[in-house]
Amino acid sequence: MKRRIPLMIVLITGIFGAVAFFVPHPAIRSADELMRNDVQRIITAFSLVLGVGSIVQHHLLKIKRHAQFWPYSYITIIALLITAIIGVFGGIDVTKPGILPTRIASFSFHIQTIYSNMMVPLAATMFSLLAFFMSSAAYRAFRARNLEATLLLLSAFILMLGAVPLGRAIHKQLPAFAEWILAVPNTASKRGILFGVELGIFATSLKIILGIERGWLGGGK
Amino acid sequence: MILLLIILFTVTPPTAVQVKDLPNDDGGKILITWQRAPEPEIIGYRVLRQEQNSEEWETLAFVGRLANRYIDDEAKNYLPYRYQIIACTDTTAVPSEPSGFVSAVPHWFDTSTLPAFIGTIILSLIFIYFINRAQRDKNLFIRRIAGLDAVEEALGRATEMGRATLYVPGLSSMADVATIASLNILGEVAKKTAKFGTPLIVPTSDPIVYTVAREVVKESYTAAGRPDAFHQDIVFFVTDQQFAFAAAVDGIMTREKPATNFLIGMFWAESLILAETGAATGAIQIAGTDAIAQLPFFITACDYTLIGEELYAASAYISREPLLLGAIKGQDYSKALITFLIIIFTVMALVFNLPVKNWF
Repeated sequence: MKRRIPLMIVLITGIFGAVAFFVPHPAIRSADELMRNDVQRIITAFSLVLGVGSIVQHHLLKIKRHAQFWPYSYITIIALLITAIIGVFGGIDVTKPGILPTRIASFSFHIQTIYSNMMVPLAATMFSLLAFFMSSAAYRAFRARNLEATLLLLSAFILMLGAVPLGRAIHKQLPAFAEWILAVPNTASKRGILFGVELGIFATSLKIILGIERGWLGGGK
Repeated sequence: MILLLIILFTVTPPTAVQVKDLPNDDGGKILITWQRAPEPEIIGYRVLRQEQNSEEWETLAFVGRLANRYIDDEAKNYLPYRYQIIACTDTTAVPSEPSGFVSAVPHWFDTSTLPAFIGTIILSLIFIYFINRAQRDKNLFIRRIAGLDAVEEALGRATEMGRATLYVPGLSSMADVATIASLNILGEVAKKTAKFGTPLIVPTSDPIVYTVAREVVKESYTAAGRPDAFHQDIVFFVTDQQFAFAAAVDGIMTREKPATNFLIGMFWAESLILAETGAATGAIQIAGTDAIAQLPFFITACDYTLIGEELYAASAYISREPLLLGAIKGQDYSKALITFLIIIFTVMALVFNLPVKNWF
């Protein structure tokens, strides 16, 4: 029974989702939208509680066991609590204040201020690391170790040259050739992969709807 | 003189006013078409509507002089309406003959999706055939996938080194099929880590994925006969913020130094940040995604990469479950069929100049 109910739900909702693509009738479409939007939102709201519970439990365990770098877990839990309290009781921003005072003179620390001044710069810092990682990855990829890597190096070299004025100075057709590499062989390969991906999605969906694939249930019969 | 002026400034009314229920819609829409009046002084057309059993005409819209169609999207289903188009100049307004009555009806099948419907039926039949065949023929040949052959070796390495295995199921939600495929693989990986006694770390970025992943790992540990080895801390939720998640996983990689990293699922810009950090820690890395833009990063920074469809074949390949292997066979034959059709239609379009694209 523990498995049969989820499998039945998947079978019904899976077939219903597929049917809704072909049937424009409002009776089907509105039910489909209800499941996709409203039901999913309710489930997400409930699962968020589980998510927050997981973070707290994970870090409390670390503190309890004195795991490696355990004092940082205090920072996570304190940050979580402060942000949650300000977010729930402190209002969204200066124009929408909450019941807690989230302003000292001209300095405000509303949830929007915290997000814009802490989360966004920290995320930007992580994102900017990508530039350095790209350089190291490019160095590794462009070492001509075998035929494929040599072809990769060659096409990357042509593309880079085609994108700068020096390329045109070397040969006036070089930018057009670089464009052709992007538009024809590159696009053809991407489409080939996409065909496989779409068929894979189709096969996986079918296996799940028919109850053949049960990995998401932890496997078993 | 007055008669001459009247004749000169007379505008012909719009003709051939036709109305029909808009096809393939969810109802409430009626399409009105008409033939424009030839006079250049016309500035636009007024569209009027009248309900059956009502004397009143209501104005729906005023459209420009070049318009010859209008969709009434405020019609009530099953209620008959008729329409009239008035050609307007600065000084005059000349009405057309009223159209016949028509009602808007919601449709039960969108005929524009017919090719997709036929394709779905054909592909489903191919898959079902091979799944059935797999039940009879247990020795179905499946092509080798290097990245999946390496799973056992990678987990064995982690066991020998006494280090953990890190499994990141991507950053997408359960609505993404790549995430579902990733969790299917996680189930198989968890069975092996449970069997080998290797610590497993599964950070997640979506609360629903966290819940499902936890159940998958728990069931896998039970299936492997090691329910005692499962603890709540194996799978945990980190954050749904993209780069905060990347920072947290990078932190796990550098602190815990897992011997094996699985980066399987849907990834965006954080893919290279994760893969390069993993490579720097010396871990064996197996990545898999259907995000085409991220594939080059994974191929560069990881030891093995499951490209596109291989991601969806992975759980069947690892588990060797005959029914699932049949689906991979179906996937391969469907791909062969599509490739064959593309070649045939391309040749037809090139050689016979047939308007093949209009068929789809």
